[in-house]
Amino acid sequence: MERRSFLKVGAAAGGSLLIPVFGNAIAAEELLNPMAVQFKKSLADAAMNAATKAGASYCDVRIGRYLNQFITTRDLNVENIVNTESSGVGVRVIAGGAYGFCSTNIMTMDSVAEAARQAVAIAKANAKLQTEPVQLAPVRGVGEVAWATPFKKDWRTVPIKEKAEMLIAANKAGMDAGANFMQSMLFQVNQQKYFASTDGSYIDQDMHRLWSPLTATAVDKATNRFRTRDGLSSPVSMGYEFFDAKPENKFKAAGGVTTLYKGAHDLIEDARAAGRQAKEKLTAKSVEPGKYDLVLSPEHLFLTIHESVGHATELDRVLGYEANYAGTSFATLDKWQSKKFKYGSERVNFVADRTTPGSLACVGYDDEGVPAKRWDIIKDGILVNYQATRDQAHVIGEKESHGCSYADSWSSVQFQRMPNVSLQAGKKPLTPDDMIKDVKKGIYILGRGSFSIDQQRYNFQFGGQLYFEIKNGKITNPLEDVAYQSNTQEFWNACSALCDERDWRMGGSFFDGKGQPSQVSCVSHGSPTTRFNGINVINTARKIG
Amino acid sequence: MKNLSQEETKRICDKVLSLTKADQCEVNLSGSRTGNIRYARNAVSTAGLIEDTQLAVSVAFGKKQGVATINELDDKSLERAVRRAEDLARLAPENPEFMPTPTKQQYKASETFFQKTADIDPEFRAQVAAYSIENSKKNKLVAAGFFTDTSKFTAIANSNGVFGFQRDTGVDFTVTVRTEDGRGSGWAKRSVGDAALFDAREASDVAIEKALRSVEAKALEPGRYTVVLEPAATSDILAYMFNDFDARQADEGRSFLSKKGGGNRMGEKLFDEQVNVWTDPWDKNVAVLPWDNNTMLAREHQDIIKNGKINAMNYSMYWAKKQGKRAIGAPGNIIMAGTNKSTEELIANTKKGVLVTRTWYIRMVDPQSVLLTGLTRDGTFYIENGKIKHPIKNFRFNESPVSMLNNIDELGKPEILSGDESDYQLLIPAMRVRDFNFTSLSDAV
Repeated sequence: MERRSFLKVGAAAGGSLLIPVFGNAIAAEELLNPMAVQFKKSLADAAMNAATKAGASYCDVRIGRYLNQFITTRDLNVENIVNTESSGVGVRVIAGGAYGFCSTNIMTMDSVAEAARQAVAIAKANAKLQTEPVQLAPVRGVGEVAWATPFKKDWRTVPIKEKAEMLIAANKAGMDAGANFMQSMLFQVNQQKYFASTDGSYIDQDMHRLWSPLTATAVDKATNRFRTRDGLSSPVSMGYEFFDAKPENKFKAAGGVTTLYKGAHDLIEDARAAGRQAKEKLTAKSVEPGKYDLVLSPEHLFLTIHESVGHATELDRVLGYEANYAGTSFATLDKWQSKKFKYGSERVNFVADRTTPGSLACVGYDDEGVPAKRWDIIKDGILVNYQATRDQAHVIGEKESHGCSYADSWSSVQFQRMPNVSLQAGKKPLTPDDMIKDVKKGIYILGRGSFSIDQQRYNFQFGGQLYFEIKNGKITNPLEDVAYQSNTQEFWNACSALCDERDWRMGGSFFDGKGQPSQVSCVSHGSPTTRFNGINVINTARKIG
Repeated sequence: MKNLSQEETKRICDKVLSLTKADQCEVNLSGSRTGNIRYARNAVSTAGLIEDTQLAVSVAFGKKQGVATINELDDKSLERAVRRAEDLARLAPENPEFMPTPTKQQYKASETFFQKTADIDPEFRAQVAAYSIENSKKNKLVAAGFFTDTSKFTAIANSNGVFGFQRDTGVDFTVTVRTEDGRGSGWAKRSVGDAALFDAREASDVAIEKALRSVEAKALEPGRYTVVLEPAATSDILAYMFNDFDARQADEGRSFLSKKGGGNRMGEKLFDEQVNVWTDPWDKNVAVLPWDNNTMLAREHQDIIKNGKINAMNYSMYWAKKQGKRAIGAPGNIIMAGTNKSTEELIANTKKGVLVTRTWYIRMVDPQSVLLTGLTRDGTFYIENGKIKHPIKNFRFNESPVSMLNNIDELGKPEILSGDESDYQLLIPAMRVRDFNFTSLSDAV
């Protein structure tokens, strides 16, 4: 589930902080100077020794340093720049067959050892209620290794002036093109994560992520109407070179209705289009409800994939561990065991992959020290696997974990989170324009809009940013007030065509919420433009008093 | 983390304020100790204790501001935070919307701290889980739940003489109980500041009863129905709407509170006249800090909707000055008037309708009309002639809280809730509402 957690993330920095900052704002020399690996190893050893001595049969230690910068602009002003820095240690143990966890922000040998002892005490208290002991799939200790997100330009070294000027230029472009109001933001994340476990791993990782959402708003005061158009970029796991869009990173959507991006983003150009299109939405035709063939662009479809396939195939949900919050799943074990459950039509293939460069869930090792990998989830339309962590692998007969463990902070316990789950491209050559030629009555949808799905990932409703009517193989005019409703199995079985590899690209979610206490993770979902026949579309226009 | 005393936080705040040569300085210091236990499949899955502190320092030279945060409180770290904030401020351009830090405020303490909650230990948490699990097992049901207790302190200070310190505690508990075959599900939620008011057994029994009653659900055609909404079913729906009570958004024409031709709808009757909503930091049921951490302005009792009319909106300090209004601290709680009637009484007065325990995954579809979509979950029942007749399958709804609060038939007793997706403490009643718009069926249980 995508949650509005960025508000919490921003607020965590505290207070009344409307800070326009130009220049090299973060004390970069500090941020670029990571904690010494040998010091982290000593801390980890102190925790593991204390845990083992207190009776733990297993212990892992995560030492985290999280550096975030959020820049918020409104129209021609920089509204807010928040720099957050948080460091600490989380210790997870197994004692008496049960888990225990404790974290501390005091990074001394004594403090981490005490946290380890606390974690063991908690595990022992939990063991009394345990029905079966935790069973960890084996993982081979990898010794002392390191992994880092590949990037060309480090966001921490880019002067804030340059970043703020890009956002302001985008806002100006949007307003010049017709928007009355513009907002643009830049989220920058650096996670320095050190993992050690009693299995013999000492893994040092350095992850970098970026997202630059924008919103153009057009207002017609005479009619009291307003409409928005959000940006069409996706969050990525790469360096600041993401904003150096070259001609090869740009291409036209079907019918030339707008410009789309792959591998890099032209924020200013996208903002200009957003301003123009927000204004056009004020007078767009309101959709006639009914059944339509939907042609869904990857910038839109990623969220439908995320909700209806990504979350539905999380093994912890299937087993009931999320029952109290995010829910369970309709994709139950018996469906998987039957080896014939038709999740989608035969052309539907989903792959889980933590290794795709630039994807948000791309890591070297997960938060249990398991190397990143790739595997099938849905093959030729049949459900063939789930997403598992070390303590779940045995449930589905796997000998090793899928490497799906993640914690959003040193202070959070790690648990099962989805890898990048992506729809594979069609095998025959097909462009979005070719796909539309076969559509008599349809709608072409681009961009992420509203989204909601039930607690078993079945009934859903999605909206988008841009809608275009398709009549007899041609895009005719823009539409408004569109949302489609379906259920997961019917929807994926209605998949009638996929564009080929040339059109495959990733969207992503930066703040995907799950768990109690709720944690956020980020994940990418790739797909080509894809067609679904006969989907129910509703009209969302309403009048209030 | 040691929960710092008022004197200790004052000393740290004074030290930070003395370290800077900036024109103004704001300090926000907080720390928390949060315990939790999570269980599922009738066994504990995780439990833990999280402790942390946070210091944010904001300084300004003229209209140029900078901020730094840190989670260490030794003298060297304090100095580092101040110098880093000053460095940032010197690099900053002038902010045309800069507002000076407030002058001294009167913060009348609210009752937000309860020792019994602060004393909660791992054994207490384990016992909460045990109640749910044991009673569920006895009924051949499967429990999943989450209990969390927090004890924290917050201190704010600025160079204009503002200082505030308060401790607060809270307990949150949710439990979902499902039948072994997955055909029935019930849920309960409790949120209190004082653990003395929390009864895990009572809450678990509510979820158990709903789970047992919810099997054999029948399908009802989607459409417009009279609904009896338990307080938890409306908490997120209403929180969405109250997030939109921003005067600037309305004045600028991009809110449901915008007026045709310009301006906002202050004073207009938008809801049924039974609708009365206010905020009050000192309300004993949902007490919150007597200041708004974002602005350091004191909170006040404020009527937001009076007899169905818009009575107040939120003004930022900048927008208040521009519009000639007085800015006060933004609300931390939302309280809606109800009656003494139980949910059972609301059901008894319903000829045909749907009882909704809980709503789920609510998202904005159209901000122009505050059209929201979401689903029912964990206990949806058909009511006929004043009685629950049988469980029904869950629905997706597409409905606006503005329309909903216009279609109120009857209000029930308010309950304390914390919204899933909002930071408000809520005290809202059960309500019976006409013409609630269910647009499709969900097979999810």
